[in-house]
Parts: sequence; C-alpha cells; structure tokens
Amino acid sequence: MNELAVPLNHLLFLSGLLFSIGMLGVMIRRNIIFILMSIEVMLNACALAFVGAGAHWGQPDGQVMYVMILSIAAAEVAVGLGLVLQIQRRFKTLDMDQANRMRG
Amino acid sequence: MTDYIWLIPILPLISSITLMLGSAYLGRSVIATLGVGSVGLAAVLTGALAYNFLHAPEPIHVVYWTWMQVGQFDPSIAFYFDGLTLVMMSVITGVGFLIHLFSSEFMEHDNSYARYFAYLNMFVAAMLILVLADNLLLMYLGWEGVGTCSYLLVGFWYQHSANGRAARKAFIVTRIGDTAMAIGLLVLFTELGTLNIQDLVAAAQAKWQVGDVIPLLICVLLLAGAAGKSAQLPLHTWLPDAMAGPTPVSALIHAATMVTAGVYLIARTHGLFLLSPDAMTVVAVVGLLTSLVAAFTALAQHDIKRILAYSTISQIGYMFLALGVGAWTAGVFHLMTHAFFKALLFLGSGAIIHCLHHEHDIFKMGGLRSRMPVTFWSFLIGSAALAALPLTSGFFSKDLILLQAYQQANIGPLLWVGGLGGALLTAIYSFRLVFIVFFGHANTSPDREIGWRMAIPLILLCALSLIGGYFSLPVEKVFPIDDNQHPDQWVELVSISIPIFGVFLAYLLFLGRQLDPGFLIESASGRWLKQFWYSGWKIDRLYDLALVNPYYWIATIARNEPVDKFYQSIVITNQTLNAALSKMQTGRMRGYIVSMVIGLIGFLGLSLFFVAGAV
Amino acid sequence: MLETTIFYISAAVALAATILAMTRTNAIHALIYLIVSLLAIAVIFFVVGAPFAAALEVVIYAGAIMVLFVFVIMMLNLGEEGDARERKWLEPSIWIGPATLSVVLLIELIFLIGSVEGQVSQGVVSAKMVGISLFGPYVLAVELASMLLLAGMVGAFHLGRRLLEKRA
Repeated sequence: MNELAVPLNHLLFLSGLLFSIGMLGVMIRRNIIFILMSIEVMLNACALAFVGAGAHWGQPDGQVMYVMILSIAAAEVAVGLGLVLQIQRRFKTLDMDQANRMRG
Repeated sequence: MTDYIWLIPILPLISSITLMLGSAYLGRSVIATLGVGSVGLAAVLTGALAYNFLHAPEPIHVVYWTWMQVGQFDPSIAFYFDGLTLVMMSVITGVGFLIHLFSSEFMEHDNSYARYFAYLNMFVAAMLILVLADNLLLMYLGWEGVGTCSYLLVGFWYQHSANGRAARKAFIVTRIGDTAMAIGLLVLFTELGTLNIQDLVAAAQAKWQVGDVIPLLICVLLLAGAAGKSAQLPLHTWLPDAMAGPTPVSALIHAATMVTAGVYLIARTHGLFLLSPDAMTVVAVVGLLTSLVAAFTALAQHDIKRILAYSTISQIGYMFLALGVGAWTAGVFHLMTHAFFKALLFLGSGAIIHCLHHEHDIFKMGGLRSRMPVTFWSFLIGSAALAALPLTSGFFSKDLILLQAYQQANIGPLLWVGGLGGALLTAIYSFRLVFIVFFGHANTSPDREIGWRMAIPLILLCALSLIGGYFSLPVEKVFPIDDNQHPDQWVELVSISIPIFGVFLAYLLFLGRQLDPGFLIESASGRWLKQFWYSGWKIDRLYDLALVNPYYWIATIARNEPVDKFYQSIVITNQTLNAALSKMQTGRMRGYIVSMVIGLIGFLGLSLFFVAGAV
Repeated sequence: MLETTIFYISAAVALAATILAMTRTNAIHALIYLIVSLLAIAVIFFVVGAPFAAALEVVIYAGAIMVLFVFVIMMLNLGEEGDARERKWLEPSIWIGPATLSVVLLIELIFLIGSVEGQVSQGVVSAKMVGISLFGPYVLAVELASMLLLAGMVGAFHLGRRLLEKRA
C-alpha cells in the first residue's frame, strides 16, 4: 500500500468538513436524537484526524487516541440515550427547546 | 502548707462556669448554695492562709507555668502573696461572702438568679487573680476581667435601655484609663525588660535616679489606669451611672473591691512612684480634688444610691491622697475600713430599696427608724464610720491620712485643709441621709423587715465597721516605714473635732431645723449652685460637648464616606453584570452551543492571526 | 494508485452520506446514512494503513453504538407526525445563521490545515504495535477509559432502570 499518494492535508480537510457538518447538525436540529448523532459525527471527524496523523508519522499513538475516543463515544451514547428516554418520559417531547427549565 | 493558694481564685471560677452551663437545670437553692458556698469556702481558705501568714510572715511566691513566651518576654501564671495581698484577699473574700449571702435573699425573685451568681462569682475570681498576680500582665488579665464583670452586672437588667447605656459608659470610660495603663506596661517592658512586679521595682530603682523623666511618665500612665478603674477625676463619671446595677453589686464592685483596684495598683508599684515625687504630688492633688468635687455633688443628690456612689468616689479620693503623700499603710487601711462601712451602707440602702419596692428618692422615704430597726442601726453605724466619728473604723484611717497629709513636704498644710473640708462635707451629707431617711415623718411604709440572710451580713459588717479600726495591717514589710512624728496637738484636735462639728451642722440643718438655709437655697445663685452640684459639676455635659458629640458628628460623616461609595460601586457593577449574564441563561441548549461555536471561531481566528503573523 | 482512488471515492461517499444523515427528517433514515458514512470512514482507515482502527470502526461504531441508537428510536416509536415536525424545524430561517458560523469555522480550519505538508501513508501500523503502545506507555489512559466506561454503564443503568420499572 505504499503507492497511496494522498496529501495529508486532504485527509485533514475531509476531517474538518465532517466536523463542520456535524457541528451544523448540533446547531440546527431540535430533536435530541439528531443532536446526539451529530455529536457522533463530530467525534468521528476528530478520530479521523488522529488516525490520519498517526499514519503520516507511522506511529501507533494515533490509533491509541482513536481507541480512547471510541470509549468516550460509547460512554457518552450510553448516558445520552438514557437521558433521551428520561426526557421523553418527563416532557413527552424530544424538543430540546422545550426542556429549558434550567434558565437563569 | 500553702499549696492550696490556687484554690482560692479557682473555686469561684468553677462555680461561675458551672452556673453558666447549668443555669437551666439547677434549682434556686442549689444556685444559691453554689454561688455563696464557693466564695465562703474561698473566704475560709483565705482565713487559713492569713493564720499561717501571721505566724510566719514570709512572702509566698508560687510559679505555676509559663503563660506565653515571645522572645525575652515570658510572663508566667504565678501568684505572689504578701501582707498587702492578704489584706486585699480578706476584703474580697470576706466582704464578698457577706454580700453574696445578702444577694441570695435580695435577688430571690429575679428570673436570672443563676446568671447573677455566675457573674458575681466570676468577678470574685478575676479580682483575686488581680491581687494575687506576680506580674503586671496577669494583673492586667484580672483587671480587664473585673471590668468585664462590672459591665455585665451594671447592665444586668438589660431590659431597660438606660441600664445598657450605663453599662457601656462604665466600660468605655474605664477603657480610656486601661489604654493608658497598657501603654504604661509597654513602656515599662521596653525600659526594664520584665513585668514581674518585684523584679521590676528593683530594676527601676537600680536604673533611675529620683526625679527622672521616664518614671514620671510611667507613673502618670499607671495613674491614668488607676483613675479610670477607681473613678477619680477626670474619669469618675461612670461610677454614679453604674448604680443601675443591682444594689449588692454596687456594694461589692462599685464600693468595696473593684474600684479600689487603682489604689491597689499604686500601692503595689509604690517603688516606682517613690522615684517620682512629682507623680506622687499629682496623685495627691487628683485625690484631694476628686474627694472635694464628689463631696459637694453628694450634698445635692436625691437618689440614695447616687449619694453613696459620690461618697465612694470621695472616699477613694482620700485613699489617693494618702498614696500621694506616701502614707501607703494609711491608704490601704482606709481601703479596708471603707470596704467595711461602704459595703454596709450599700447593703443597708439595698435593704431599704428592697422593702420599699425599688424606691430610690430619699425625700419619699422618712421615718423608717422604728419600722426597720436593723437597717437603721446598721445605717447609723455605717454613716458614723463614713463621717469618721471617733472610735469608729473610719475615724482611725481618715485621721491617719489627714495627719500624714499635714506632714507632706511641699503643700502639706494645704492638702490637710482640703482634706478637712472634705471630712466636714462627708459628715454633713452622710448624716443628711440618715436624718432624712430614718427620722421625720413617714412618707411610705415598708411592707416587711429584712430576712436573716440580709440581716446577718448587715450585723457582721456593723461589727467590722466598729472594730475595723483596731486591726493592724501586716504590711510593715511591704511598705517603707512611715516616719510618723507626732504633729502638734492642735492639728490632731482639729482633725477629730471637724466631723463632729459636721454632724452637728447636719442635725441643725436637716433634723432640728434650727438653722434654715432657705434664703440661701432660694436665691438665684444658690439655686444655680444646687443645680450645678446636682448635675455633678456639669462634667457629663462637658464630656458630651467636648468628646461625645464631635464623635457622633464624625461618625455621621464617615457613614457616607466616599471610599464606601467606591466599594458600593463594585457591588452595583457586579449585580448589574450578574443580572445581564443570568439573562443569557435561557435554558435553550442550542443557544449555548451557538455561543460555544462563536467562542471557538474566535479563538481559532486568534491562533490563525498569530500563525499568519509568524509566517 | 488504486488506493488513492479508493480514498477519494470513500471521502466523497462519507461526505455525501453525512450531509444526507444531517438533513433527514426520519430518524431511522438518518441513522442508515450515518452508518454508511461510518463504513466509508472505515475504508479510509484501512487504506491509510490502520487496519485495527478500521475493524473497530465497523464493529463498535457502525455496529454496537448505532444499534443502541436503533433500539432507542424503536423504543420512542416516533411516527409520521414526528416527520412533519422535523421538516418544520428545518426551515432555512433556522439554519442559515448556524450554517454561516460553520462555514466561517471551516474556512479557518482550511487556512490552518493548508500549510500542512507531506503524504498520509508511511506503511501499515499493525494491531500489534497499537496493542504494545496501549498496554505500555498508555496503560494509565486505558485504566481511565475503563473507569469512564464503568461510569457510563452505571449511569445508563440508573437512568434507564427507573423507566423500565415504570413500564413494568
């Protein structure tokens, strides 16, 4: 696979694009399920940047960081989805703009 | 044999703490037993100590532990016991016990019975520490302790704001003297490197010549402290107001013991005062002026307790006069006899007030002689002793003071004449009191005669007031020998006859009415003079104008000071910002995310700017 | 050369799938697109020489985590009216502002990334190397990750249990 001729910055551009799209999703969606999905996209974009950089240097550290991000994502999704169920039960909606009891 | 000396101050202290903690659980009889018993036990121990000491008159010095150690400064918790201490302790525990016993009946119906005895016991403990201390710092502890107890007890009936005001006045005015005394202690330590009284006097006598400036300064500062505590000019104004407290308290604290602490202080440090004849002259003049001013004031008062308060000031003035002319023994002797007869008079007045439903005005009393015989006789004996009629205790001590004042080197005869004037006035006002209260026709009737717990202290104090003059004080090793040449015969004769003349005058004026001073009192200047004396020579008014009002004025300005405005502006800014920021907490998650993104963009933009700058 | 082509194709698929996932109104549809995007990224991992990461991406991300989403969406039972509501929420007036912000951020990222030089692949980084690294210098991070997962598990259990008890 030595013949792969992709400049590192293209991979990072892809990562940045995915990150921006994910962030856009977090900002525009009101449904908490979609917000969580968008967060997954953002995490994944970061993971892509780590793995790409690790590949560039030929070091395993990038993939180690990927494993860490994976575990964070797993924990976050577990707790996040638990919260989704609670929100649905209490507010009878998934609209985050409705769940604004913590305003100052 | 004297191992138990520490028990004497500790016993009342323990009782006081027990009463404070257990006030809610203890019954009245237990409270009274504890409060009176602890002081009684201390009195018995003091008696045992006195017995030992009179057989083997050696000073006892007991060091318990080092209180604190700061560089060269290491005062210890240590007691020094000699003849002077013995006299003071006997007065404190003996008279104190009688007054506690009296109180147990006097305060019987008060709701704060335990609180009363807790304060009173704490006072006794503090006063004992004051007289037992071997160094001036420990003495200062007791000094402030008795001041605190005095404050608490003057304001004992705190439900009336006037009492609270009197308590604050007592505390603040004495504080002025205490501050001067504290400065005096600091100067002493800086100069001599110790506060131990015995070492200090020795070191001072080695270091300075008679007439040096620094001893004068120190003595004047100590005198200021003593004047504050002992209610001498110009710091005497608190004592008449301090009569707001219960009458037994006035007897114990504001007549017999605490107010004589100043006398004790000067007597204890007489070695310093001997180095400064000028300071001693100041002491004598202050004492004489105080005794005259207070005597004139007492002559115009209506309130039985205020008359006694001014007479106390006047009598302590005599003690200061004695100290000032170097008659140490006479001063301390008068301290002791005064404690007997003034406690007697105060307790007598307490009995009258108790039986007349808190009536204080002497002109509303009258004719009590047959209704309250015990009180009448005790009051008569007390007044006789106060007026220094021959063969009473006051006669011996006051006579001694006047004779020694006459022999003072510079202005002796002048002091003697002044003292005689004071003695005359004393005789007049004390018998004015007796004649008005106990003779004449009855204006009110007492509903009862006093019970045994009030009668026994009165009778015992009567005995002491009569025979107290025959005691000889065991202080010949403490003070330098008085070179007691006998003055001319006529001096002694005049000194004896003046009080008798005073009593006779009082009889003519107030009882027999042979002498009617009406035309004097009714004239314009006479009325003004009466008003002037009644108000205590307008000294309170003077202080209000010179000190209190300007202070209030400054305080009013300082309340709105600009610096405060600055700090308030910080508060207002914070509150405004807080309100604005809390508006941003909309509770909408997307709003938060958008603000986070804006922040992210901002920081990235900054780093971009710096990277571009670097490139 | 083939690998290069595969990279760019996968990148295009990943971008398209992600955009589609973000704009769907039906949650299950969005989820399917998201899984496609994840699989495309797994391919990219593989071609840049990270087979271990590629395998994890498929097994855990596209597999386990997404299945969690599927379960929850099924439990919530979102119907047709949910669809209509989502469409109403996706009007341009809502997303034009956030989109501007995202574009600004993207431009900044591109500026920052633009100066990076060099090729991606320097050969395969094998699972063995990753394993040695994980249990060598990064062992503490592994412990922390395990603690995090434990906390996540306890939290999810706690939040979900009361719901289930209520149902039962």
